[in-house]
Amino acid sequence: MVFKRFVEIGRVVLVTYGEHRGKLGVIVDVVDQNRVLVDGPQTGLPRQTINFKSLTLTPFKVKIQHGSRTGVVMKALEEKKIMEQWKNTLWYKKLCSRENRRKLGDFDRFKVMIAKKRKAAMVNGQVKKLKSLHTMK
Amino acid sequence: MVSKSRDVRRKLKEQAAKKQAQSTGMSDKVTKAKRKWYPADDKPRKRTSRRKVQKPSKLRASITPGTVLILLSGRFRGKRVIFLKQLASGLLLITGPFALNGVPLRRVNQRYVIATTTKIDIQSVEIPSVDDSWFKKNKKKPKSDEMTDTGKSKLPESFLNAQKSLDSQLVPLVKQVPFLKSYLCSRFSLSYGQFPHEMRF
Repeated sequence: MVFKRFVEIGRVVLVTYGEHRGKLGVIVDVVDQNRVLVDGPQTGLPRQTINFKSLTLTPFKVKIQHGSRTGVVMKALEEKKIMEQWKNTLWYKKLCSRENRRKLGDFDRFKVMIAKKRKAAMVNGQVKKLKSLHTMK
Repeated sequence: MVSKSRDVRRKLKEQAAKKQAQSTGMSDKVTKAKRKWYPADDKPRKRTSRRKVQKPSKLRASITPGTVLILLSGRFRGKRVIFLKQLASGLLLITGPFALNGVPLRRVNQRYVIATTTKIDIQSVEIPSVDDSWFKKNKKKPKSDEMTDTGKSKLPESFLNAQKSLDSQLVPLVKQVPFLKSYLCSRFSLSYGQFPHEMRF
């Protein structure tokens, strides 16, 4: 395995912990081994140093100089349409659905459970069919 | 000059009033003050009764008639039931309905209940006139010599009839909403990764 995402200037990151959890930002500067300066003008993430234990690296990167100001970061993000790209990822969709599931009430949870069971039954039925076909041959 | 005479007249009036008061109501006080001894014992004073009066507890805002509740304790714990009304004692009157999940007309404390956001419109349902005295059991058991007697007394006819009429009204309402029937028939339980303090109901 070769690493493909690095802590580097211009790397788009997702905050996964704390007050700004779920917001996207860009690494503007690397402070030390543990912390980076992050700015997320499009998602309302204020410019700040964050320990990157509470960050996840995304596959996106933006071309900026180190220490770029908020306006420059904003422009770079808009140019590459990072937010649109992010919203198309499966990752983002999973986060959304997890959030939606969390909001469900008891009755809705019950309905989800039934739907899951039905889906599993359908899949298992097909699998059984294919298996039996396979063994017949 | 006129004002002065008025003042004088007022003073006279006041004096007259004082005299009258002394001769009637105030006269007791005068004699009391003249007494030269005190009673040795204190007069027993009537105590204000401190008996507690149980006020019906306030109904939680999330519980309204028709709300589906999850019972948390007792024989029917985990059952999902329908809230009908609050009784005078503050307890909640609920039913399964009995025909669906076997929970009869029953009283529960709202502390032992989770209110869900699911609600059924039960405005059209005629709730039988049930009060707390309904649920009081006869403590005296009729003595019987036979060993075969199980000691179980049959429920009064009125109770059974009320349950029947309620069920016949509630069940069609429940059936209108898809999945609601099987929802009420199933028990609530927690599974892996579910934390009640983080869940919404």
